[in-house]
Amino acid sequence: MQALKEILIVLLILLNFRLLGTSRLGACVQTVALQALVIGLLPLLGPNLPTPWIMAMMAAATLVKSVVLPGLVRRALRETGVVRELEPLMGYTLSILTGTGLLVLSHLAGRKLQLPTGGVDQLLVPVTLFTMLCGLFLIIARRKAITQVLGFLVLENGIYLFGIAFAVHEPWLVQTGVLLDVLAAVFVMGITIHQINREFDHIDTDRFSTFKD
Amino acid sequence: MRWGLLHVLFALVSAPLLAGVINRTKAFFGGRHGPSFFQLYYDIFKLLRKDAVYSRTTSWIFRTAPPIELAAVLLALLFTPLGSTAAWLCFQGDLLLVVYALGLMRFMIISAALDTGSAFEGMGASREAQLSALAEVALLVALLAVAAFTKSFSLSAFAAQAWAAGLVWPANAILPLVSAALLVVLLAENARLPFDDPNTHLELTMIHEAMILDHCGVDLAFIEYGSALKMWILSAILVSMALPLRASSSLLNFATGLGAMVIVALLVGYIESVMARLRLIRTPQLLVTAGVLSFLAVMVAMR
Repeated sequence: MQALKEILIVLLILLNFRLLGTSRLGACVQTVALQALVIGLLPLLGPNLPTPWIMAMMAAATLVKSVVLPGLVRRALRETGVVRELEPLMGYTLSILTGTGLLVLSHLAGRKLQLPTGGVDQLLVPVTLFTMLCGLFLIIARRKAITQVLGFLVLENGIYLFGIAFAVHEPWLVQTGVLLDVLAAVFVMGITIHQINREFDHIDTDRFSTFKD
Repeated sequence: MRWGLLHVLFALVSAPLLAGVINRTKAFFGGRHGPSFFQLYYDIFKLLRKDAVYSRTTSWIFRTAPPIELAAVLLALLFTPLGSTAAWLCFQGDLLLVVYALGLMRFMIISAALDTGSAFEGMGASREAQLSALAEVALLVALLAVAAFTKSFSLSAFAAQAWAAGLVWPANAILPLVSAALLVVLLAENARLPFDDPNTHLELTMIHEAMILDHCGVDLAFIEYGSALKMWILSAILVSMALPLRASSSLLNFATGLGAMVIVALLVGYIESVMARLRLIRTPQLLVTAGVLSFLAVMVAMR
C-alpha cells in the first residue's frame, strides 16, 4: 500500500510537469482531470480508511473535479476553437526548469513541515506545495484565458490535497464548500471566455491591458 | 574480480554486436532482412586497413583526438559493472570517474570537429555540446539518487547494496524514475533516434555523424569502436541500475546481465522503429524532463 501511494505521489508530480511542458490544451485538460482522480484515490490507501459518509463526499468531489469541471473547460475550448497555446509568456523548456526549481523549493519547505505520521506521507507536503505553486505559475506564465482557468483548477487540486494531508479534524465540509466555489467560478469563467472570444476573436489576456475606454 | 575482467573482455569483443542487434530489430520491424549482425565489425576492420587523410586546415588536435577518445572510453569500461557483476576495478566515487571519462571522450570529439573548420562539423559540435550538457545532468543526478539510497558512491556497489536496502522492482518509485531517465540519456548520448537519426546522412539534421565527417581510416575506426563501447557502457549502467537482482552464483549473475544487455538493444531498436525523430528544438525538452525524473528520484530517495 505504501509503495502504491509513493508511486501515485510521484505520478502527481509528473502530471504537474506534463502541464508545464505541453502546449496542447486538450492534453492539459486531460492531465488536470487525471490529477484530480489520483488525488481522489490517495485517501483510500491511507493508514485508516475514512467513514462511509466522508467517502461518499470524497467520491462526489472527485467526480466533480475529474468529470464535470474538465467537461466545462472542454466545452469552452470547443466553443472558442483554440487548440494549443502557441506563444506562452515563458517557453516550455524554461517552464519545466522553473518547475524543477519550484519542486526543490517545495522539498526544502516540506522538510520544515514534517507530518507526524511519517513514512510516505513525508512526500505529501512537498507535493501539495508543488501543485499549488504549479497552478499559480500556470496562471502567470500562460497567455490564453483557458490555461489560466486550468491553473486555477490545479491550485484547487493542491488545496484539496492539503486538506487530505492534514485531515486531522475531518475538514471535508470546508473542502466541499471550496469545491462549490470553484465549480461556480469555472462556470462563470467558461461563460466569460466565450464572451471574450466572441467580442475580440481571441482569448489572449495580455492584450487586455492595451484597452482604452 | 575475475568476472569483472571477463566483462571487460566480453565488452571489448562484443560491443559492436549491440549495433547489429539494434539494426536487425529495426529491419525486422520494417519487414526487411537487414544487415548482418557483424556489419560493424566488417566496417571497423575495413577502416583499420585504410590510411587516414588529413585536411591542411586541421592541427594536432584533430590527430590526437581519436586515440584519447578511445583511451577515455576504455578507462570508463574498466569501472563499469554489468548488472550485479562488480566491475574489474572499483573505489568509492568511481561513478564520477566514469561519467567524466565519457565527458572527456565527448570533449575530444567536439574539439576535433571544431578543429576541421567545417561549417557542418561546427553545427554538429554545437548541437552535441548542447544535448550532452543536459544529458550529463540527468545521468549524474540519476546516479546520485541511487547513491543517496544505497549510501555508496561506487557503481559496482549499487546493485548489491540496493538489493540489501530493499530497492526491488514494484516496491519503490526510485527504480522506474532512474531507469526512465537513464534510458533517455542512453538514447541521447549514443545519437539514437528521438534525438539523432543514425541512418540519415543529411548534414543539416544529424548530430554525431556530422561531427565525424572529416575523419577517415584508422581514426574513424577508433571513433566507431569507441562509440560502440560507449553504447555498451551506458547500457551496462542502465542494466545495473534498473535490474538490481542478485542470484546466488556469479555465472548466473553474469548471464542475466548479458541477457539484459540484449534486451536493452532490442528495446532501443523497438523505440527507433516506432518513433519519429523529434524536432531539434524539442530535444532539449525531453532531456530536461529526464533530468526532472532524476531530481524526483533524489527527492524520493532522500525523504
